[in-house]
Amino acid sequence: MAEALIRVEELAKEYRMGNNVVPALCGVSLEIAAGEFVAVMGPSGSGKSTFMNLLGCLDHPSGGRYWLDGQEVSELTGDQLAGVRNRKLGFVFQHFNLLARTSAQDNVALPLLYSGMPPGERKRHAEQRLAQVGLAERMDHHPAQLSGGQQQRVAIARALVNDPQLVLADEPTGALDSRTSVEIMALLQQLNREGITIVLVTHEHDVANFAGRIISFRDGRVIEDKPNAANDAADLLR
Amino acid sequence: MNFAATLRIALLALRVNKMRSALTMLGIIIGVAAVIIMIAVGGGAQARVEEQIRSLGSNIIIVMSGSMTSGGARGGAGSQPTISEDDGYAIGREIEDIQAAAPTLRGSGQVVAGNANWSTTFYGITPDYLEVREWTIVEGRGFEQAEMNGAGKVVLIGQTVAKNLFGDASPLDQVIRVRKVPLTIIGVLDRKGQSMTGQDQDDILLMPISTARKRVLGAAQAKSRSVGSIMVKVRQGADMGGADQRMRELLRQRHRLQAGQDDDFFVRNLSEILQAQEASSKVMTLLLAAVASVSLLVGGIGIMNIMLVSVTERTREIGLRMAVGARARDILTQFLVEAVTLSLIGGVIGILLGVGGAMLIAELAGWRTELSGSSIVLAAGFAGAVGIFFGYYPARKASRLLPIEALRYE
Repeated sequence: MAEALIRVEELAKEYRMGNNVVPALCGVSLEIAAGEFVAVMGPSGSGKSTFMNLLGCLDHPSGGRYWLDGQEVSELTGDQLAGVRNRKLGFVFQHFNLLARTSAQDNVALPLLYSGMPPGERKRHAEQRLAQVGLAERMDHHPAQLSGGQQQRVAIARALVNDPQLVLADEPTGALDSRTSVEIMALLQQLNREGITIVLVTHEHDVANFAGRIISFRDGRVIEDKPNAANDAADLLR
Repeated sequence: MNFAATLRIALLALRVNKMRSALTMLGIIIGVAAVIIMIAVGGGAQARVEEQIRSLGSNIIIVMSGSMTSGGARGGAGSQPTISEDDGYAIGREIEDIQAAAPTLRGSGQVVAGNANWSTTFYGITPDYLEVREWTIVEGRGFEQAEMNGAGKVVLIGQTVAKNLFGDASPLDQVIRVRKVPLTIIGVLDRKGQSMTGQDQDDILLMPISTARKRVLGAAQAKSRSVGSIMVKVRQGADMGGADQRMRELLRQRHRLQAGQDDDFFVRNLSEILQAQEASSKVMTLLLAAVASVSLLVGGIGIMNIMLVSVTERTREIGLRMAVGARARDILTQFLVEAVTLSLIGGVIGILLGVGGAMLIAELAGWRTELSGSSIVLAAGFAGAVGIFFGYYPARKASRLLPIEALRYE
């Protein structure tokens, strides 16, 4: 088997709260191959968000090692991690995190701003990605002028704009109604079929069921890791 | 991330909060405008003093007759005629650092021309007087040697006297009576304006010293050689103190004063007084600028305050930017550029307001103001520096945020 896209070994994270050390993640080892669609589940406090932050290079692990695309990232400095996030990762958040009073196009182009791409190319890339998520007509709209589902599509376009190897989605449907949620999941499934690796954090079984593999967390440990016969979201919409 | 993009982000962020940006800038605007106005007012005062030095003629020393004591009451300077015309010539001849020495006789009286009359001051002079005072003749000519030697009935007229006696008509070749002595006007003096004590320097008549002595001042002066004062001009670049000292020695020698005896004359060094005044007005300017700088400082603190609020308010935005690849220094630059933009825009408005204000003060209060390019550059530079200085702390605070905590911030 080729080198996995994600490989973690005994990954651990502790938080210090006053004099107490609270373990959030206690030695997780797993691999995720390129092209997988993985759902990470678990109740709050199970460590799934901590795991996600570590995968997203947003936080440093307290122990263990993490290889992303063959590169060990657990030892990198803050600025190096920023570079990794910029080149290899895309993020989709529960609350979209779009810049207010900024056009959809500029929102999508934001990551390219930090990779030093010239303005003309930034615009072109952003246009392509917005078209890909079905918002070609909404290029100049500000977030406030878009529905929740449309905002999340803009956020997904932003996550895709730097051609990432991995898209991390943290409760992407948490702020959406059920029909819009299914639409967003259909979009993610479609992107996955086009070859993008997706790791999704959710506490809803319905949402997790759209993924091809479900990893369950409890008390900072993986308690279950099984393949899943994914529902096709596009079918549900018909 | 290039600078143009950073600037655009900063401008956008400032535009989003128009009111707040405007209020923040107000501090800088007032500060910069105050600095410029204060320096302009101070500079104006300084320029006035410098002009007075010029109008007096630079490097001037005045020697006056000593005082006379009668019955225990001491008269003022000049009450006893102790210096003579020849003292003046000797000073000019024997002391190398002295460019010209002009003995003068002073008198005053009623001047009549036709049916107009005017009371003024007249001076009996030698041609050196005009050189010493750097005074030019705008119309007509100066005195000729024959007129100097032969007590010619000629006179030079100041602008004020000319205006009062002749109005707009040319006074040249007119005959005026000074203390009933008819004198022909051969020239008109250039305008000199007020002296530093507020005297009208153009209210004057100049005549050859021999004319004043023999024809106008009357019998008391006719046979004497004494003069009221000698106006001395020291050569440009020469040491005033040294010339002063040598002149005193020469006069003591000529007056045969023993060591230990007091001088029988007074020496006044006017430019020293003016230079002291100039120095004090410089200090004044500095003080005014320092006070104005305090308001600039307060403006800077305002910027810091707003930037800190802004960083807190935009924590999630900062988190997002970090998540999509902004490095700490990208965030630092962004907020620093915002602060500097704020202060520079404020600075530019402040400069415009300051220049306008200085002109308005000149117009309304009638004060002289002197706008200097350097004060504008200084104020603009200071505004930029304030932006960097007070923007740095909030910007650094923003750049030190941890991405996950910033993203989770509510």
